[in-house]
Amino acid sequence: MARLTESNVKIAREIIGRYPRPKSATIPLLHLAQEQDGYVTNEAMSHIADLVGCTAAEVLGTCTFYEMFKMEPVGKYVINICGTMSCALLGAHELMHHAEQQLGIRAGSTTPDGLITLEHAECQAACTEAPCLQVNYRYRFRVTTEGIDQLIDDLRGAKLTEEIPPHGTVARVRQHIPVNVGVGAVDPDTVSTAPAWLAVKEEAK
Amino acid sequence: MTATESPATEEPTEPVDPNEVKVTINGHDVSARKGELIIAAAERTGTYIPRFCYHERMSSVGMCRMCLCEVDTGRGPALTPTCMFPVAPGMVINTESPVAKAAQAGIIELLLANHPLDCPVCDKGGECPLQDQAVSHGPGESRFVEEKRHYEKPIPISDLVFLDRERCILCDRCTRFADEVAGDPLISFTHRGNETQVLTFPNEPFVSYFSGNTVQICPVGALTASPYRFKARPWDLEEAHSTCTTCAVGCQTVVQSSRDELLRYQGYDSEAVNWGWLCDRGRFNFEAPNSDQRLGTPAVKSADGTGLVEASWSEAITKAAALIKTALDTDGPTGIGIIGGARGSNEDAYAWARFARTVLHTDNVDAQLLDGLSPAVLTLPRATINDAAAATTVVLLCGDLKEELPVLFLRLRDAADKRGVKVLEFTPKSTGMTKYSWRSVNYLSGGQARIVRDTIAQADVAEQLAKGPVVIVAGTANLAESDQFQIDALAALLDAAPTATVLPAFRRGNVVGALQLGLTPATDGMHTDDILTAAAEGRLALLILLGADPLSDFPDTTLATRAFAGARSIIAIDTFVNHSSQHADVVLAAAGYGEKRGYTTNIEGRVVPLAQKVTAHGTSRPDWMIAGDLARALGAQWSLDSVDAITDAIATNVAAYAGATREALAEATDGVLAVPESSSALETSGAEVPMSSGYNFKLVVGRKLYDQAISTQLSHSLAGLTPGAKLHLHSLDLDRLGGPGAPLKVTSKTASVVLTSVADDGVPRGAAWVEFNQSNINIAALLDAASPATDVRVETVS
Repeated sequence: MARLTESNVKIAREIIGRYPRPKSATIPLLHLAQEQDGYVTNEAMSHIADLVGCTAAEVLGTCTFYEMFKMEPVGKYVINICGTMSCALLGAHELMHHAEQQLGIRAGSTTPDGLITLEHAECQAACTEAPCLQVNYRYRFRVTTEGIDQLIDDLRGAKLTEEIPPHGTVARVRQHIPVNVGVGAVDPDTVSTAPAWLAVKEEAK
Repeated sequence: MTATESPATEEPTEPVDPNEVKVTINGHDVSARKGELIIAAAERTGTYIPRFCYHERMSSVGMCRMCLCEVDTGRGPALTPTCMFPVAPGMVINTESPVAKAAQAGIIELLLANHPLDCPVCDKGGECPLQDQAVSHGPGESRFVEEKRHYEKPIPISDLVFLDRERCILCDRCTRFADEVAGDPLISFTHRGNETQVLTFPNEPFVSYFSGNTVQICPVGALTASPYRFKARPWDLEEAHSTCTTCAVGCQTVVQSSRDELLRYQGYDSEAVNWGWLCDRGRFNFEAPNSDQRLGTPAVKSADGTGLVEASWSEAITKAAALIKTALDTDGPTGIGIIGGARGSNEDAYAWARFARTVLHTDNVDAQLLDGLSPAVLTLPRATINDAAAATTVVLLCGDLKEELPVLFLRLRDAADKRGVKVLEFTPKSTGMTKYSWRSVNYLSGGQARIVRDTIAQADVAEQLAKGPVVIVAGTANLAESDQFQIDALAALLDAAPTATVLPAFRRGNVVGALQLGLTPATDGMHTDDILTAAAEGRLALLILLGADPLSDFPDTTLATRAFAGARSIIAIDTFVNHSSQHADVVLAAAGYGEKRGYTTNIEGRVVPLAQKVTAHGTSRPDWMIAGDLARALGAQWSLDSVDAITDAIATNVAAYAGATREALAEATDGVLAVPESSSALETSGAEVPMSSGYNFKLVVGRKLYDQAISTQLSHSLAGLTPGAKLHLHSLDLDRLGGPGAPLKVTSKTASVVLTSVADDGVPRGAAWVEFNQSNINIAALLDAASPATDVRVETVS
């Protein structure tokens, strides 16, 4: 579908500038691409390869390693229901079954309107709050079948747009480091034992 | 260097070698080298440790775990991947303990869990490290009863290579090769865990000049090459050690055949030359000698003069001898010109040089077609490839090595990328080496000598050149200019670095051998351009083509065409009927690669063997034999009647080859160096850059690996890989002419052609770069052999 937009290329260049080697920016740029389109397109991967100076195959290798980078279109909201021990003991499988019934889809697929993708997930590190799930990686704790119904209604009724940004958005507020504050790219061959930011801070004083 | 002084010792104890590390392998005391990996030290001393991912020419990654052995470093024996650990003093290594054996068997069992075991239909079966080591080190049977993982059976990852992911054991050899050695990381591990697989990016195939090497180093049958797939079983192959003569690097190969047909070339690991690698052109052009277009019998011009008809050898030789006699009678020896000889063996070249000098008495012989530097370069102090790879500075004053001498590119890329060799490049257009260069300087045609002088006058460049050994790689970078410009630039470099040695970047298979053995004017004979001019002007009674095809290869088609019209008679000795030989009065069928024994000389002057593996096609004969046939038909004395006799004659009569006796060659592992005595300085011309008069671009014509060369075109796997000629201009120049993609008319003073334009910022402003010898356009038509440089006008097509 799409390469990175002009404004995103600007952001991409700023991100690349933070690293001593451009290739180190591959993962942040994949996040940027996923934020733009909801998933990582082939065109975006080619574009990232151009930007960081490697081949598209290398970007593909990195991208496919991580499950949270989606290579195909997903819903605006991705619901991950945890199925690991604590959640499983407290009814996660029944929750999944219920969600499948309510949405009319099987886990791993997307509703025909493109709004919701349902996925099984491994432990989300919230075992004390089991069973848990995530919507676009935002937590919902101690989920019940009624809670699932409510969540689906709210998502369909666009009541959670404030709280949950569309899939791919890492954060609504983008980290921006002004050039004069940032440490910038440190040559890996001249790294000292002192943290690089210390020198920058001293200079600022 | 020799050791200068050793510390005075009172008693004659054994000198301690600081690089020696004493270890124990399977109970035997072994002397290893400092920094040597355990697996390498074991192999060198006779203990084979099983492995899949380890390859001595690439970095270790410890992917496959097959080389697990018990190693005791003083803290008790522990299972250790021996490809990841260098030896340490006192190490006790046990490669065959019950624990090591169990670990190795376990790895085999795990690797085979998902391996399809389709050995009966697998090309690798019979020469497969997985198959072999499953038998030698495996548990014998598997406990895995579940369904194996399935993938789509072989998917093409390029035009030449197929990938079967079911067979893949994820050893990282191919992906490591693509990244580390070839510098084309177009294949990569993708996905994770059980899903891990090697893939290319969608619609971005593994287009690498070196992709065939991944097939050779794949330890299973996951990668197969389309030209060899299902052609033979390894146990049916017969093989012989030989040398690739596709270009002049002289890569060592193993030539394999079955049922008297060439079926595969494999790289042979020669420390001095190719390290086991081959380029795809050299690896896969075995299809050409097998082509049905091979010339199997001699042919003579038909009675009505319209074409060639088959003839017997006696008929053809008689006719050829008659043509030679007529030429000698009418015009004398100077009326005969011989072009070519760079495709054969040393023995062929020597026999023909002798034939020209002692039977025809002509000095008009030239193995080059105005596409290489003056042979004077061969008398400069010569560098070897290893010299270049170990130099402090390598100066490139040549064409794109990746396109012309691909494996030399690999060696220099490795030197620049991993060994800290600084590369200083002078080029009319960015090349494959530009990325790895310390400094890459562009020049406009004719300006190289000045640019070289300016650059080496810079303080940091001068300092770099003074730091240590300098090797200059000198060759032709632009077929549209006189070689004198390169010679002048080379002379300027040698002035600045007088101790520098030179590696000639001559391109044709055995061109160095041919030139060193006399296929070049010795005194006042004519070079190819003069021979063709003489023919065009009706001054040539007989043109003899020794495997040369000037109508395709000579960088001035107009002159070549006129020469063929003007030459009173033509004799061609060739393996194919090509553009040029189809005009001949007599074509004598020559034996091709793999069909004749002998030696060849690479760019270093290294004399290396050529093996005869198959019977010569039809009744074709080697060039040296044809020379003898003609000599006898002319009633001359001739004693060079066998390959061995000629090899001996070369060693006896040619000073540079004095060391290349048959005995020495038989014993040498990396050939014998044959380099002429260094002679005086180069002849410089100080030629000024000609002004461009009304024409607005300097034409640069360069080579691509795949072109219309007959050995490429008759190899059906390679024929489609030619890129086609396009007009490459700097994007700013191109903006003025309507942007990329537009057809543009290129006009020189001899002709004009229309070419599709491409923006290429590797081309300096004011230059126009076009590929040589491509099918869509004959760029040689724009060239004029007589003018030192070619200026062209570029304009939009209305």
